[in-house]
Amino acid sequence: MTPPLLTVENLSIAFGTRDKRLPVVSDVSFGVAPGEALGIVGESGSGKSLSMLSVLRLLPASATVGATRFEFDGRDLLSLDDAGIRALRGREIAMIFQDPLAALNPVLTIGRQISEIARRHFGISRAQALRRAAELLAAVGVPDPAGRLKQYPHQFSGGMRQRVMIAMALAGQPRLLIADEPTTALDVTVQAEIIGMIKRLQADLGMTIVWVTHDLALLTRIATRVLVMYAGRIVEDASTEDLFACPRHPYTKALLGSIPGAGQGRSRALPARPPDPANPEPGCPFAPRCPEATDRCRIEAPALVQQGDAGRVACWNAS
Amino acid sequence: MLRFLARSPQGLIGGLIVLTAALVALGAPLWAPFDPFAVDLPARLQPPLSAVASGGYHLLGTDAVGRDILSRLIYGSRVSLSVGLAAVFVGAAFGSLIGCLSGYFGGLVELVSSWLIDVQLSFPFLLLAIFLLATFGGGTLIIVAILALGTWVNYARIVRGQVLSIKHQDYIEAAHAAGVGPLRLILVHILPNTLSPVIVVAGFSMAQAILTEAGLSFLGVGIDPTIPSWGTMLNDGRDYLQSAWWISTFPGIAIGITVLGISLLGDSLRDLLDPRGAR
Repeated sequence: MTPPLLTVENLSIAFGTRDKRLPVVSDVSFGVAPGEALGIVGESGSGKSLSMLSVLRLLPASATVGATRFEFDGRDLLSLDDAGIRALRGREIAMIFQDPLAALNPVLTIGRQISEIARRHFGISRAQALRRAAELLAAVGVPDPAGRLKQYPHQFSGGMRQRVMIAMALAGQPRLLIADEPTTALDVTVQAEIIGMIKRLQADLGMTIVWVTHDLALLTRIATRVLVMYAGRIVEDASTEDLFACPRHPYTKALLGSIPGAGQGRSRALPARPPDPANPEPGCPFAPRCPEATDRCRIEAPALVQQGDAGRVACWNAS
Repeated sequence: MLRFLARSPQGLIGGLIVLTAALVALGAPLWAPFDPFAVDLPARLQPPLSAVASGGYHLLGTDAVGRDILSRLIYGSRVSLSVGLAAVFVGAAFGSLIGCLSGYFGGLVELVSSWLIDVQLSFPFLLLAIFLLATFGGGTLIIVAILALGTWVNYARIVRGQVLSIKHQDYIEAAHAAGVGPLRLILVHILPNTLSPVIVVAGFSMAQAILTEAGLSFLGVGIDPTIPSWGTMLNDGRDYLQSAWWISTFPGIAIGITVLGISLLGDSLRDLLDPRGAR
Protein backbone atom coordinates (compact mmCIF):
# COMPACT_ATOMS: atom_id res chain seq x y z
CA MET A 1 0.00 0.00 0.00
CA THR A 2 1.26 3.48 -0.82
CA PRO A 3 1.84 5.76 2.15
CA PRO A 4 -1.05 8.13 2.75
CA LEU A 5 -0.81 11.69 1.48
CA LEU A 6 -2.46 13.06 4.59
CA THR A 7 -2.13 11.35 7.95
CA VAL A 8 -4.17 12.48 10.92
CA GLU A 9 -3.86 10.73 14.26
CA ASN A 10 -5.75 11.72 17.38
CA LEU A 11 -6.51 15.20 16.17
CA SER A 12 -8.30 17.33 18.72
CA ILE A 13 -9.38 20.93 18.46
CA ALA A 14 -10.64 23.06 21.30
CA PHE A 15 -11.67 26.66 21.58
CA GLY A 16 -11.38 29.04 24.48
CA THR A 17 -8.92 29.80 27.22
CA ARG A 18 -6.86 27.45 29.35
CA ASP A 19 -9.39 27.20 32.17
CA LYS A 20 -12.49 27.05 30.00
CA ARG A 21 -11.91 24.96 26.93
CA LEU A 22 -14.63 23.77 24.59
CA PRO A 23 -13.54 20.63 22.79
CA VAL A 24 -15.09 20.63 19.32
CA VAL A 25 -13.07 17.86 17.68
CA SER A 26 -11.66 14.93 19.62
CA ASP A 27 -9.58 11.87 18.74
CA VAL A 28 -10.05 12.09 15.02
CA SER A 29 -7.77 9.73 13.10
CA PHE A 30 -7.74 9.00 9.41
CA GLY A 31 -5.51 8.82 6.39
CA VAL A 32 -6.06 9.94 2.83
CA ALA A 33 -4.34 7.88 0.15
CA PRO A 34 -3.01 9.57 -2.98
CA GLY A 35 -5.67 9.74 -5.68
CA GLU A 36 -8.45 8.91 -3.25
CA ALA A 37 -11.72 10.79 -3.03
CA LEU A 38 -12.70 10.89 0.60
CA GLY A 39 -16.04 12.19 1.75
CA ILE A 40 -16.59 13.59 5.23
CA VAL A 41 -20.21 13.86 6.23
CA GLY A 42 -21.81 15.21 9.35
CA GLU A 43 -24.32 17.78 10.54
CA SER A 44 -23.52 21.40 11.31
CA GLY A 45 -21.13 21.63 14.24
CA SER A 46 -19.84 18.08 13.89
CA GLY A 47 -16.32 19.40 13.40
CA LYS A 48 -15.88 18.35 9.80
CA SER A 49 -15.02 21.81 8.45
CA LEU A 50 -12.84 22.66 11.43
CA SER A 51 -10.81 19.50 10.97
CA MET A 52 -10.15 20.44 7.37
CA LEU A 53 -9.35 24.08 8.17
CA SER A 54 -6.83 22.84 10.72
CA VAL A 55 -4.97 21.00 7.96
CA LEU A 56 -4.06 24.40 6.49
CA ARG A 57 -3.74 25.97 9.94
CA LEU A 58 -6.53 28.38 9.12
CA LEU A 59 -8.29 28.19 12.46
CA PRO A 60 -8.62 31.38 14.50
CA ALA A 61 -5.98 32.03 17.14
CA SER A 62 -8.40 31.07 19.92
CA ALA A 63 -8.32 27.44 18.78
CA THR A 64 -5.83 24.95 20.16
CA VAL A 65 -4.95 22.04 17.93
CA GLY A 66 -3.28 18.86 19.11
CA ALA A 67 -2.47 15.58 17.41
CA THR A 68 -0.06 12.71 17.84
CA ARG A 69 0.54 12.73 14.09
CA PHE A 70 -0.56 15.38 11.64
CA GLU A 71 1.35 15.03 8.43
CA PHE A 72 0.99 15.95 4.81
CA ASP A 73 3.35 14.02 2.55
CA GLY A 74 5.67 13.35 5.48
CA ARG A 75 5.77 16.98 6.66
CA ASP A 76 4.48 17.76 10.12
CA LEU A 77 1.74 20.35 9.69
CA LEU A 78 1.85 21.50 13.30
CA SER A 79 5.54 22.32 13.43
CA LEU A 80 5.91 23.97 10.01
CA ASP A 81 6.85 27.66 10.24
CA ASP A 82 4.64 30.35 8.71
CA ALA A 83 6.57 30.48 5.45
CA GLY A 84 6.41 26.71 5.21
CA ILE A 85 2.66 26.55 5.69
CA ARG A 86 2.13 29.42 3.25
CA ALA A 87 4.13 27.53 0.65
CA LEU A 88 1.79 24.60 1.18
CA ARG A 89 -1.42 26.60 1.03
CA GLY A 90 -2.76 26.86 -2.48
CA ARG A 91 0.26 25.11 -3.93
CA GLU A 92 -0.01 21.59 -2.52
CA ILE A 93 -3.28 21.80 -0.64
CA ALA A 94 -6.02 23.96 -2.10
CA MET A 95 -9.40 24.70 -0.68
CA ILE A 96 -12.76 25.45 -2.24
CA PHE A 97 -15.11 27.30 0.05
CA GLN A 98 -18.79 26.90 0.57
CA ASP A 99 -20.04 30.27 -0.51
CA PRO A 100 -18.74 31.33 -3.91
CA LEU A 101 -20.49 34.67 -3.55
CA ALA A 102 -18.43 35.62 -0.53
CA ALA A 103 -15.17 33.90 -1.34
CA LEU A 104 -14.21 36.13 -4.27
CA ASN A 105 -12.80 39.58 -3.67
CA PRO A 106 -15.33 42.06 -5.11
CA VAL A 107 -12.80 44.71 -6.11
CA LEU A 108 -10.32 42.57 -8.01
CA THR A 109 -10.89 41.15 -11.49
CA ILE A 110 -11.24 37.40 -11.88
CA GLY A 111 -8.05 37.31 -13.94
CA ARG A 112 -6.16 39.10 -11.21
CA GLN A 113 -7.38 36.71 -8.55
CA ILE A 114 -6.56 33.55 -10.46
CA SER A 115 -3.25 34.75 -11.86
CA GLU A 116 -2.11 35.96 -8.45
CA ILE A 117 -2.04 32.41 -7.18
CA ALA A 118 -0.22 31.13 -10.23
CA ARG A 119 2.33 33.93 -9.91
CA ARG A 120 2.75 33.46 -6.20
CA HIS A 121 3.53 29.79 -6.47
CA PHE A 122 5.35 29.51 -9.77
CA GLY A 123 7.06 32.89 -10.11
CA ILE A 124 5.87 33.37 -13.67
CA SER A 125 5.26 36.68 -15.45
CA ARG A 126 1.95 38.50 -15.38
CA ALA A 127 1.24 37.68 -19.03
CA GLN A 128 2.05 34.01 -18.56
CA ALA A 129 -0.12 33.88 -15.45
CA LEU A 130 -3.03 35.46 -17.30
CA ARG A 131 -2.70 32.93 -20.11
CA ARG A 132 -2.69 30.21 -17.51
CA ALA A 133 -5.77 31.73 -15.86
CA ALA A 134 -7.59 31.67 -19.20
CA GLU A 135 -6.67 27.99 -19.65
CA LEU A 136 -7.97 27.23 -16.18
CA LEU A 137 -11.24 29.03 -16.82
CA ALA A 138 -11.63 27.07 -20.03
CA ALA A 139 -10.92 23.85 -18.13
CA VAL A 140 -13.68 24.54 -15.62
CA GLY A 141 -16.14 25.32 -18.37
CA VAL A 142 -16.37 29.09 -18.32
CA PRO A 143 -17.24 30.34 -21.81
CA ASP A 144 -15.13 33.14 -23.36
CA PRO A 145 -12.35 32.80 -20.76
CA ALA A 146 -10.14 35.55 -22.16
CA GLY A 147 -12.96 38.08 -22.01
CA ARG A 148 -14.13 36.93 -18.61
CA LEU A 149 -10.70 37.52 -17.08
CA LYS A 150 -11.28 41.26 -17.12
CA GLN A 151 -14.61 41.02 -15.30
CA TYR A 152 -15.43 41.39 -11.63
CA PRO A 153 -17.10 38.72 -9.47
CA HIS A 154 -20.47 40.49 -9.47
CA GLN A 155 -20.68 39.95 -13.21
CA PHE A 156 -20.71 36.17 -12.71
CA SER A 157 -23.63 33.93 -11.77
CA GLY A 158 -23.41 31.68 -8.70
CA GLY A 159 -22.48 28.57 -10.66
CA MET A 160 -19.91 30.48 -12.69
CA ARG A 161 -18.39 31.88 -9.51
CA GLN A 162 -18.01 28.42 -8.09
CA ARG A 163 -16.25 27.43 -11.32
CA VAL A 164 -13.97 30.42 -10.86
CA MET A 165 -13.27 29.29 -7.31
CA ILE A 166 -12.33 25.88 -8.60
CA ALA A 167 -10.11 27.44 -11.25
CA MET A 168 -8.41 29.40 -8.46
CA ALA A 169 -7.95 26.24 -6.46
CA LEU A 170 -6.41 24.50 -9.47
CA ALA A 171 -4.07 27.41 -10.22
CA GLY A 172 -1.48 26.06 -7.79
CA GLN A 173 -1.75 22.56 -9.26
CA PRO A 174 -2.42 21.15 -5.81
CA ARG A 175 -2.07 17.51 -4.89
CA LEU A 176 -4.84 17.67 -2.33
CA LEU A 177 -8.07 19.53 -2.95
CA ILE A 178 -10.30 20.18 0.04
CA ALA A 179 -13.83 21.00 -0.99
CA ASP A 180 -15.90 22.37 1.87
CA GLU A 181 -19.53 22.03 0.81
CA PRO A 182 -18.73 23.60 -2.55
CA THR A 183 -22.15 22.95 -4.02
CA THR A 184 -24.38 23.82 -1.08
CA ALA A 185 -25.11 27.33 -2.32
CA LEU A 186 -25.95 26.16 -5.82
CA ASP A 187 -29.12 24.81 -7.35
CA VAL A 188 -29.37 21.12 -8.15
CA THR A 189 -28.61 21.16 -11.87
CA VAL A 190 -25.57 23.35 -11.38
CA GLN A 191 -24.54 21.06 -8.49
CA ALA A 192 -24.56 18.08 -10.83
CA GLU A 193 -22.45 19.93 -13.41
CA ILE A 194 -19.90 21.01 -10.82
CA ILE A 195 -19.63 17.51 -9.37
CA GLY A 196 -19.17 16.00 -12.81
CA MET A 197 -16.50 18.55 -13.58
CA ILE A 198 -14.58 17.96 -10.36
CA LYS A 199 -14.65 14.20 -10.95
CA ARG A 200 -13.31 14.70 -14.45
CA LEU A 201 -10.59 17.06 -13.23
CA GLN A 202 -9.64 14.60 -10.53
CA ALA A 203 -9.20 11.85 -13.08
CA ASP A 204 -7.27 14.09 -15.46
CA LEU A 205 -4.96 15.63 -12.90
CA GLY A 206 -4.64 12.74 -10.46
CA MET A 207 -5.68 14.93 -7.56
CA THR A 208 -6.62 13.69 -4.14
CA ILE A 209 -9.92 15.08 -2.92
CA VAL A 210 -11.48 15.51 0.48
CA TRP A 211 -15.11 16.50 0.09
CA VAL A 212 -16.81 17.88 3.17
CA THR A 213 -20.59 17.99 3.15
CA HIS A 214 -23.74 17.39 5.14
CA ASP A 215 -25.34 15.74 2.14
CA LEU A 216 -24.70 12.01 2.26
CA ALA A 217 -26.53 11.36 -1.01
CA LEU A 218 -24.12 13.67 -2.79
CA LEU A 219 -21.12 11.62 -1.72
CA THR A 220 -22.25 8.52 -3.64
CA ARG A 221 -21.42 10.44 -6.77
CA ILE A 222 -17.94 11.52 -5.69
CA ALA A 223 -16.39 9.67 -2.81
CA THR A 224 -14.88 6.22 -2.74
CA ARG A 225 -14.73 6.26 1.06
CA VAL A 226 -16.80 8.14 3.62
CA LEU A 227 -16.08 9.30 7.16
CA VAL A 228 -19.16 10.00 9.22
CA MET A 229 -18.60 12.56 11.95
CA TYR A 230 -20.78 13.26 14.93
CA ALA A 231 -20.11 15.70 17.75
CA GLY A 232 -16.45 16.10 16.88
CA ARG A 233 -15.71 12.37 16.51
CA ILE A 234 -15.58 9.93 13.68
CA VAL A 235 -18.36 7.42 14.25
CA GLU A 236 -18.00 5.41 11.08
CA ASP A 237 -15.43 4.98 8.35
CA ALA A 238 -16.33 2.76 5.41
CA SER A 239 -16.20 2.52 1.66
CA THR A 240 -19.10 4.30 0.02
CA GLU A 241 -20.64 1.04 -1.18
CA ASP A 242 -20.47 -0.62 2.22
CA LEU A 243 -21.78 2.44 3.96
CA PHE A 244 -24.88 2.55 1.80
CA ALA A 245 -25.32 -1.21 1.64
CA CYS A 246 -24.95 -1.92 5.35
CA PRO A 247 -24.51 1.08 7.59
CA ARG A 248 -23.24 0.00 11.00
CA HIS A 249 -23.55 3.04 13.18
CA PRO A 250 -27.07 4.09 14.20
CA TYR A 251 -26.23 7.67 13.25
CA THR A 252 -25.28 6.62 9.73
CA LYS A 253 -28.50 4.63 9.52
CA ALA A 254 -30.40 7.70 10.61
CA LEU A 255 -28.62 9.83 8.03
CA LEU A 256 -29.44 7.35 5.31
CA GLY A 257 -32.99 7.17 6.55
CA SER A 258 -33.33 10.91 6.26
CA ILE A 259 -32.49 11.01 2.57
CA PRO A 260 -35.77 11.52 0.75
CA GLY A 261 -36.64 8.56 -1.42
CA ALA A 262 -33.72 6.43 -0.29
CA GLY A 263 -35.19 4.65 2.71
CA GLN A 264 -38.36 2.68 3.07
CA GLY A 265 -41.31 4.94 2.48
CA ARG A 266 -41.10 8.28 4.24
CA SER A 267 -37.85 9.81 5.31
CA ARG A 268 -37.35 9.99 9.04
CA ALA A 269 -35.87 12.81 11.05
CA LEU A 270 -33.69 12.38 14.11
CA PRO A 271 -35.19 13.32 17.44
CA ALA A 272 -33.75 16.00 19.69
CA ARG A 273 -30.65 18.09 19.16
CA PRO A 274 -26.93 17.32 18.93
CA PRO A 275 -24.97 17.59 22.16
CA ASP A 276 -23.58 20.86 23.40
CA PRO A 277 -19.75 20.79 23.47
CA ALA A 278 -19.82 23.06 26.54
CA ASN A 279 -21.56 20.41 28.65
CA PRO A 280 -20.15 17.03 27.70
CA GLU A 281 -21.93 14.06 29.21
CA PRO A 282 -20.33 10.70 29.83
CA GLY A 283 -21.00 7.91 27.44
CA CYS A 284 -21.50 7.87 23.71
CA PRO A 285 -22.31 11.38 22.46
CA PHE A 286 -25.00 9.96 20.21
CA ALA A 287 -26.69 7.95 22.96
CA PRO A 288 -29.41 10.54 23.80
CA ARG A 289 -30.69 10.41 20.23
CA CYS A 290 -29.91 6.80 19.47
CA PRO A 291 -32.81 4.36 19.02
CA GLU A 292 -30.53 1.41 19.86
CA ALA A 293 -28.89 2.89 22.96
CA THR A 294 -28.33 0.62 25.96
CA ASP A 295 -27.24 1.40 29.51
CA ARG A 296 -23.63 0.82 28.56
CA CYS A 297 -23.86 3.53 25.86
CA ARG A 298 -24.88 6.10 28.46
CA ILE A 299 -21.95 5.37 30.73
CA GLU A 300 -19.01 4.59 28.50
CA ALA A 301 -18.07 6.06 25.11
CA PRO A 302 -17.20 3.47 22.45
CA ALA A 303 -13.90 3.79 20.60
CA LEU A 304 -13.55 3.71 16.84
CA VAL A 305 -12.60 0.09 16.15
CA GLN A 306 -11.64 -1.73 13.00
CA GLN A 307 -14.32 -4.18 11.84
CA GLY A 308 -12.31 -6.60 9.75
CA ASP A 309 -12.18 -5.27 6.17
CA ALA A 310 -15.39 -3.37 6.51
CA GLY A 311 -13.96 -0.14 7.94
CA ARG A 312 -14.20 1.34 11.41
CA VAL A 313 -17.20 1.96 13.64
CA ALA A 314 -17.60 3.56 17.05
CA CYS A 315 -20.58 1.73 18.48
CA TRP A 316 -21.01 -0.92 21.18
CA ASN A 317 -23.71 -2.64 19.16
CA ALA A 318 -21.76 -2.82 15.90
CA SER A 319 -20.04 -6.19 16.24
CA MET B 1 -15.83 57.49 -16.34
CA LEU B 2 -16.90 60.08 -18.88
CA ARG B 3 -20.13 58.23 -19.54
CA PHE B 4 -20.75 58.10 -15.84
CA LEU B 5 -20.20 61.83 -15.40
CA ALA B 6 -22.57 62.52 -18.25
CA ARG B 7 -25.32 60.72 -16.36
CA SER B 8 -24.65 62.49 -13.09
CA PRO B 9 -25.20 66.24 -13.40
CA GLN B 10 -23.68 66.85 -9.96
CA GLY B 11 -20.54 64.96 -10.85
CA LEU B 12 -20.38 66.71 -14.20
CA ILE B 13 -20.56 70.17 -12.65
CA GLY B 14 -18.05 69.22 -9.97
CA GLY B 15 -15.76 67.63 -12.51
CA LEU B 16 -15.89 70.70 -14.78
CA ILE B 17 -15.11 73.01 -11.87
CA VAL B 18 -12.20 70.89 -10.70
CA LEU B 19 -10.90 70.49 -14.24
CA THR B 20 -11.09 74.24 -14.82
CA ALA B 21 -9.35 74.95 -11.52
CA ALA B 22 -6.63 72.44 -12.37
CA LEU B 23 -6.11 73.91 -15.84
CA VAL B 24 -6.00 77.42 -14.45
CA ALA B 25 -3.42 76.39 -11.89
CA LEU B 26 -1.29 74.39 -14.33
CA GLY B 27 -1.25 77.04 -17.03
CA ALA B 28 -1.13 80.08 -14.76
CA PRO B 29 1.50 82.01 -16.76
CA LEU B 30 -0.56 81.54 -19.93
CA TRP B 31 -3.83 82.87 -18.58
CA ALA B 32 -2.64 85.64 -16.29
CA PRO B 33 -2.97 89.00 -18.10
CA PHE B 34 -0.44 90.73 -15.84
CA ASP B 35 2.52 89.90 -13.67
CA PRO B 36 0.97 89.05 -10.30
CA PHE B 37 3.91 90.61 -8.49
CA ALA B 38 4.08 93.86 -10.52
CA VAL B 39 3.42 96.76 -8.19
CA ASP B 40 1.79 99.76 -9.84
CA LEU B 41 1.14 102.33 -7.16
CA PRO B 42 -0.64 104.90 -9.34
CA ALA B 43 -3.16 102.23 -10.29
CA ARG B 44 -3.88 101.07 -6.74
CA LEU B 45 -7.39 100.13 -5.63
CA GLN B 46 -8.80 100.24 -9.14
CA PRO B 47 -12.31 98.77 -9.35
CA PRO B 48 -13.04 95.85 -11.69
CA LEU B 49 -13.10 96.53 -15.45
CA SER B 50 -10.86 99.57 -15.21
CA ALA B 51 -8.64 100.30 -18.19
CA VAL B 52 -4.88 100.14 -17.99
CA ALA B 53 -2.71 102.85 -19.47
CA SER B 54 -0.52 100.36 -21.31
CA GLY B 55 -3.57 98.62 -22.83
CA GLY B 56 -5.96 95.98 -21.54
CA TYR B 57 -8.16 95.95 -18.47
CA HIS B 58 -7.88 95.05 -14.80
CA LEU B 59 -10.90 92.76 -15.12
CA LEU B 60 -11.22 92.22 -11.39
CA GLY B 61 -9.54 95.45 -10.30
CA THR B 62 -6.30 95.97 -8.40
CA ASP B 63 -5.27 95.71 -4.78
CA ALA B 64 -3.75 98.21 -2.37
CA VAL B 65 -0.40 98.33 -4.21
CA GLY B 66 -1.85 98.15 -7.72
CA ARG B 67 -1.37 94.44 -8.44
CA ASP B 68 -3.87 92.83 -10.81
CA ILE B 69 -6.40 90.79 -8.81
CA LEU B 70 -7.22 88.36 -11.62
CA SER B 71 -3.56 87.51 -12.17
CA ARG B 72 -3.04 86.99 -8.48
CA LEU B 73 -6.13 84.81 -8.28
CA ILE B 74 -4.83 82.65 -11.13
CA TYR B 75 -1.44 82.23 -9.51
CA GLY B 76 -3.05 81.77 -6.12
CA SER B 77 -4.95 78.73 -7.37
CA ARG B 78 -1.61 76.94 -7.65
CA VAL B 79 -0.95 77.30 -3.96
CA SER B 80 -4.46 76.44 -2.84
CA LEU B 81 -4.84 73.37 -5.02
CA SER B 82 -1.37 71.95 -4.55
CA VAL B 83 -1.43 72.45 -0.80
CA GLY B 84 -4.88 70.89 -0.59
CA LEU B 85 -3.92 67.94 -2.78
CA ALA B 86 -0.66 67.30 -0.98
CA ALA B 87 -2.33 67.52 2.42
CA VAL B 88 -4.99 65.02 1.37
CA PHE B 89 -2.40 62.59 0.02
CA VAL B 90 -0.24 62.72 3.10
CA GLY B 91 -3.20 62.55 5.45
CA ALA B 92 -4.92 59.73 3.59
CA ALA B 93 -1.76 57.69 3.23
CA PHE B 94 -0.76 58.03 6.86
CA GLY B 95 -4.28 57.61 8.20
CA SER B 96 -5.03 54.58 6.03
CA LEU B 97 -1.77 52.96 7.03
CA ILE B 98 -2.48 53.41 10.72
CA GLY B 99 -6.09 52.30 10.32
CA CYS B 100 -5.11 49.25 8.34
CA LEU B 101 -2.45 48.10 10.76
CA SER B 102 -4.70 48.71 13.71
CA GLY B 103 -7.63 46.85 12.17
CA TYR B 104 -5.61 43.95 10.85
CA PHE B 105 -3.29 43.21 13.73
CA GLY B 106 -5.37 44.41 16.67
CA GLY B 107 -3.81 44.02 20.10
CA LEU B 108 -0.96 46.34 20.99
CA VAL B 109 -0.93 48.01 17.57
CA GLU B 110 -4.58 48.87 17.97
CA LEU B 111 -4.00 50.17 21.49
CA VAL B 112 -1.20 52.49 20.42
CA SER B 113 -3.04 53.78 17.38
CA SER B 114 -6.27 54.48 19.20
CA TRP B 115 -4.24 56.30 21.83
CA LEU B 116 -2.68 58.40 19.05
CA ILE B 117 -6.13 59.11 17.65
CA ASP B 118 -7.46 60.17 21.04
CA VAL B 119 -4.52 62.49 21.60
CA GLN B 120 -5.06 64.00 18.18
CA LEU B 121 -8.77 64.48 18.70
CA SER B 122 -8.41 66.04 22.12
CA PHE B 123 -6.33 68.89 20.70
CA PRO B 124 -8.15 71.94 19.33
CA PHE B 125 -6.91 71.88 15.75
CA LEU B 126 -6.55 75.60 15.19
CA LEU B 127 -4.59 76.03 18.38
CA LEU B 128 -2.28 73.20 17.42
CA ALA B 129 -1.87 74.63 13.93
CA ILE B 130 -1.03 78.11 15.15
CA PHE B 131 1.32 76.71 17.78
CA LEU B 132 3.19 74.61 15.24
CA LEU B 133 3.33 77.45 12.72
CA ALA B 134 4.63 79.80 15.38
CA THR B 135 7.28 77.26 16.35
CA PHE B 136 8.45 76.15 12.92
CA GLY B 137 7.54 79.25 10.95
CA GLY B 138 5.18 79.35 7.98
CA GLY B 139 5.94 77.54 4.78
CA THR B 140 4.25 75.31 2.29
CA LEU B 141 5.66 72.07 3.67
CA ILE B 142 4.70 72.90 7.23
CA ILE B 143 1.21 73.82 6.13
CA VAL B 144 0.83 70.52 4.29
CA ALA B 145 2.04 68.62 7.33
CA ILE B 146 -0.35 70.47 9.61
CA LEU B 147 -3.34 69.93 7.33
CA ALA B 148 -2.47 66.24 7.08
CA LEU B 149 -2.21 66.12 10.85
CA GLY B 150 -5.71 67.52 11.07
CA THR B 151 -7.26 64.92 8.77
CA TRP B 152 -5.45 61.61 9.17
CA VAL B 153 -7.67 60.62 12.09
CA ASN B 154 -10.71 60.49 9.82
CA TYR B 155 -9.03 58.05 7.47
CA ALA B 156 -7.61 55.96 10.27
CA ARG B 157 -11.01 55.47 11.85
CA ILE B 158 -12.81 54.69 8.62
CA VAL B 159 -10.16 52.33 7.32
CA ARG B 160 -9.93 50.53 10.64
CA GLY B 161 -13.65 49.90 10.67
CA GLN B 162 -13.56 48.68 7.10
CA VAL B 163 -10.62 46.39 7.72
CA LEU B 164 -12.31 44.91 10.77
CA SER B 165 -15.29 43.86 8.72
CA ILE B 166 -13.34 42.86 5.62
CA LYS B 167 -10.79 40.68 7.32
CA HIS B 168 -13.46 38.18 8.28
CA GLN B 169 -14.85 37.91 4.78
CA ASP B 170 -14.57 34.55 3.07
CA TYR B 171 -12.42 35.95 0.30
CA ILE B 172 -9.75 36.96 2.76
CA GLU B 173 -9.86 33.49 4.24
CA ALA B 174 -9.69 32.09 0.73
CA ALA B 175 -6.63 34.22 -0.02
CA HIS B 176 -5.09 32.92 3.20
CA ALA B 177 -5.85 29.41 2.09
CA ALA B 178 -4.17 30.10 -1.24
CA GLY B 179 -0.93 30.97 0.52
CA VAL B 180 -0.97 34.77 0.22
CA GLY B 181 1.35 36.44 2.73
CA PRO B 182 0.17 39.08 5.23
CA LEU B 183 1.69 42.11 3.49
CA ARG B 184 0.17 41.21 0.14
CA LEU B 185 -3.08 40.36 1.83
CA ILE B 186 -3.28 43.86 3.29
CA LEU B 187 -2.12 45.75 0.23
CA VAL B 188 -3.84 43.80 -2.54
CA HIS B 189 -6.87 42.23 -0.95
CA ILE B 190 -7.93 44.46 1.92
CA LEU B 191 -6.88 48.03 1.09
CA PRO B 192 -8.66 48.28 -2.29
CA ASN B 193 -11.87 47.28 -0.54
CA THR B 194 -11.55 50.22 1.83
CA LEU B 195 -10.91 52.66 -0.98
CA SER B 196 -14.34 54.00 -1.81
CA PRO B 197 -15.11 55.54 1.60
CA VAL B 198 -11.55 56.86 1.70
CA ILE B 199 -12.09 58.64 -1.60
CA VAL B 200 -15.31 60.19 -0.41
CA VAL B 201 -13.58 61.44 2.72
CA ALA B 202 -10.64 62.61 0.63
CA GLY B 203 -12.97 64.73 -1.47
CA PHE B 204 -14.44 66.45 1.51
CA SER B 205 -11.18 66.83 3.34
CA MET B 206 -9.51 68.31 0.28
CA ALA B 207 -12.24 70.93 0.28
CA GLN B 208 -11.68 71.41 3.96
CA ALA B 209 -7.90 71.58 3.54
CA ILE B 210 -8.27 74.40 1.03
CA LEU B 211 -10.56 76.23 3.42
CA THR B 212 -8.23 75.71 6.36
CA GLU B 213 -5.20 76.82 4.38
CA ALA B 214 -7.09 79.95 3.37
CA GLY B 215 -8.10 80.48 6.97
CA LEU B 216 -4.56 80.13 8.28
CA SER B 217 -3.23 82.43 5.57
CA PHE B 218 -5.97 84.89 6.39
CA LEU B 219 -4.81 84.84 10.00
CA GLY B 220 -1.35 85.60 8.70
CA VAL B 221 0.27 82.42 9.95
CA GLY B 222 0.01 80.37 6.76
CA ILE B 223 1.73 80.56 3.44
CA ASP B 224 4.50 83.14 3.02
CA PRO B 225 2.51 86.36 2.43
CA THR B 226 4.61 87.37 -0.57
CA ILE B 227 3.34 84.35 -2.51
CA PRO B 228 -0.14 85.03 -3.85
CA SER B 229 -2.60 82.60 -2.32
CA TRP B 230 -6.33 82.92 -1.92
CA GLY B 231 -6.02 83.07 1.82
CA THR B 232 -3.41 85.82 1.85
CA MET B 233 -5.46 87.76 -0.69
CA LEU B 234 -8.44 87.64 1.63
CA ASN B 235 -6.18 89.00 4.31
CA ASP B 236 -4.84 91.73 2.03
CA GLY B 237 -8.32 93.03 1.42
CA ARG B 238 -9.39 93.06 5.03
CA ASP B 239 -8.56 96.74 5.61
CA TYR B 240 -10.34 97.81 2.44
CA LEU B 241 -13.58 95.87 2.75
CA GLN B 242 -15.63 99.09 2.80
CA SER B 243 -13.73 100.99 0.14
CA ALA B 244 -12.52 98.25 -2.22
CA TRP B 245 -14.73 95.18 -1.81
CA TRP B 246 -13.23 93.39 -4.81
CA ILE B 247 -9.91 92.63 -3.19
CA SER B 248 -11.41 90.10 -0.77
CA THR B 249 -14.57 89.19 -2.61
CA PHE B 250 -13.05 87.51 -5.65
CA PRO B 251 -10.69 85.19 -3.77
CA GLY B 252 -13.64 84.35 -1.52
CA ILE B 253 -15.75 83.41 -4.53
CA ALA B 254 -12.87 81.38 -5.97
CA ILE B 255 -12.53 79.43 -2.72
CA GLY B 256 -16.27 78.85 -2.54
CA ILE B 257 -16.62 77.57 -6.09
CA THR B 258 -13.56 75.33 -5.91
CA VAL B 259 -14.63 73.79 -2.62
CA LEU B 260 -18.12 73.21 -3.97
CA GLY B 261 -16.75 71.59 -7.13
CA ILE B 262 -14.49 69.25 -5.21
CA SER B 263 -17.30 68.22 -2.89
CA LEU B 264 -19.66 67.48 -5.78
CA LEU B 265 -17.03 65.47 -7.60
CA GLY B 266 -16.01 63.56 -4.47
CA ASP B 267 -19.60 62.64 -3.82
CA SER B 268 -20.24 61.22 -7.25
CA LEU B 269 -16.86 59.48 -7.34
CA ARG B 270 -18.10 57.32 -4.51
CA ASP B 271 -20.83 55.93 -6.72
CA LEU B 272 -18.44 55.44 -9.60
CA LEU B 273 -15.81 53.60 -7.60
CA ASP B 274 -18.13 51.05 -6.11
CA PRO B 275 -17.83 48.07 -8.43
CA ARG B 276 -20.97 46.56 -6.96
CA GLY B 277 -22.97 49.60 -8.00
CA ALA B 278 -25.24 49.49 -11.00
CA ARG B 279 -23.52 49.95 -14.31
